[in-house]
Amino acid sequence: MSRPFIHLAGVRKTYGDHLAISDASFDVMPGELASLVGPSGCGKSTLLKILAGLHPADGGEVRIGSPSHPFDPSRDVGMVFQAPLLLKWRRILDNVLLPAEILGLPGAESRERARHLLQLVGLAGNEAKYPYELSGGMQQRAAIARALVHDPKLVLMDEPFGALDALTREKMNLELLRIWKEAGKTIVFVTHGISEAVFLGTRVVVLTAGPARMADNFVVDLPHPRTLDMKTHERFGDYARRVYRLLGM
Amino acid sequence: MNSKLGRWTLAILAHVALIVAWYLFVRIGNVPRFVMPSPGATLDAFLQPNYDWWANIAVTGTEIFGGYLLALVAGVALALAFSWSKTLEAFFMPLLVSLNMIPKVALGPLIIVWFKYGVFPNSIMAFSIAVFPILLTTARGLREIEPELLDLVRSLRGSRWQLFTKIQLPGALPYIFSGMKVGAILAVAGAIVGEFLGSDKGLGYLMLQVQVTLDTPAMFMAVIMITLLGMVLYGLVLLLERLLVARDARVA
Ligand SMILES: Nc1ncnc2c1ncn2[C@@H]1O[C@H](COP(=O)(O)OP(=O)(O)OP(=O)(O)O)[C@@H](O)[C@H]1O
Ligand SMILES: [Mg+2]
Repeated sequence: MSRPFIHLAGVRKTYGDHLAISDASFDVMPGELASLVGPSGCGKSTLLKILAGLHPADGGEVRIGSPSHPFDPSRDVGMVFQAPLLLKWRRILDNVLLPAEILGLPGAESRERARHLLQLVGLAGNEAKYPYELSGGMQQRAAIARALVHDPKLVLMDEPFGALDALTREKMNLELLRIWKEAGKTIVFVTHGISEAVFLGTRVVVLTAGPARMADNFVVDLPHPRTLDMKTHERFGDYARRVYRLLGM
Repeated sequence: MNSKLGRWTLAILAHVALIVAWYLFVRIGNVPRFVMPSPGATLDAFLQPNYDWWANIAVTGTEIFGGYLLALVAGVALALAFSWSKTLEAFFMPLLVSLNMIPKVALGPLIIVWFKYGVFPNSIMAFSIAVFPILLTTARGLREIEPELLDLVRSLRGSRWQLFTKIQLPGALPYIFSGMKVGAILAVAGAIVGEFLGSDKGLGYLMLQVQVTLDTPAMFMAVIMITLLGMVLYGLVLLLERLLVARDARVA
């Protein structure tokens, strides 16, 4: 078996004297889509910020990358947030290009890649539009393309579909799985939706109410590609119940 | 009729109407020239070479534009520095709000003591009065930028300069312009007050000179020139805003 891509052991984080994460320990293998669930305020976003290198951990071990999958913290992170956060003065194509510009990647190649990614997320033909001309779901797709444009090895998603309506959200779930398969990234996906977590994840990591500790961490043994009717499978229900119970519901 | 053309026509009409009303008031009311000159007499003052209009316009214009540009650069730079450090902002912002309460006009005599009189101290006067609205609105605009957007750039180890040019400046631009518009009007007032308090050239100085001889037409002309200088500055700001800020993002 290969080495984990992300290795967290006993990670601790305090804001001033407020303990946000007390002990987060889990591994994510290369190419996995790990769902991170836990009650509101338990420290999920904080954990993503630690993975993105925005905050240092106050204790424990954070290791990203392995000899077979080297990781450059300055250019191998893509981020998607709950709000699309597109720059409203830039056209969609130029929005997608932002990370490439910041990293100083060659222009022509990046544009080519950005166009390709917009196609991948189903936004071909919208390159020259401004964000306000797109629906919320479309904007979030553009944000996903932006997170992939510099070809990062790790994509961190913080409740990316939390603001979408239920129907769009289901559609985006399927889209994300398709993009993930095609782009071959390791993804850490934070969500409040337990069924979303099980449906998307190759692995589900459950955190307790803050300060976060590990409640569970299991591999979801459902076949790929996932289809919506799997949500009615008995095994899917078992996984979901397992998470609900851990969260005391 | 084209509605845009219609608005322009009405705007011009209103200005012409004011001049006509002015003319009729002076003419019919038989108002003495030293109380209120007619439009013609005012224009006539402009043709007298002894007033040195162009040299005075250049002096006052330099004070206004110089002070204003200084205020713009300093206001945006200070606001940017505050966006880097919460401590810096918490320390200086309340102080600046207090300083803003000083009636800048009251500083005039002090500025003369410190800098003598002339173009430079009058620019300082224009600067001191224009800088606060620009600083305060820019700081507000920078605060409105979503922190996650800054995280995104930081996760790519973007430099502060990239953060500023790609996210902060364009994001805060609508706010900066609303401060710039207020600042433009104040800068004109600041320069003129400076000239009133102490100077040996400029339109404000000229007004004091001709006041002694009750040369009202020249005073009227000077006021018009000052107004035109202000309109040029304000117009440039509006033009820049139109070029740089998307219509739906403009802050009134
Ligand atoms: N910058 C900060 N300064 C101080 N405290 C913070 C900061 N960011 C988060 N916290 C605190 O740390 C804890 C964890 O916050 P975090 O945002 O990571 O939770 P979360 O699991 O993402 O919640 P949600 O599901 O509601 O998004 C909370 O108690 C929060 O108040
Ligand atoms: Mg969160």
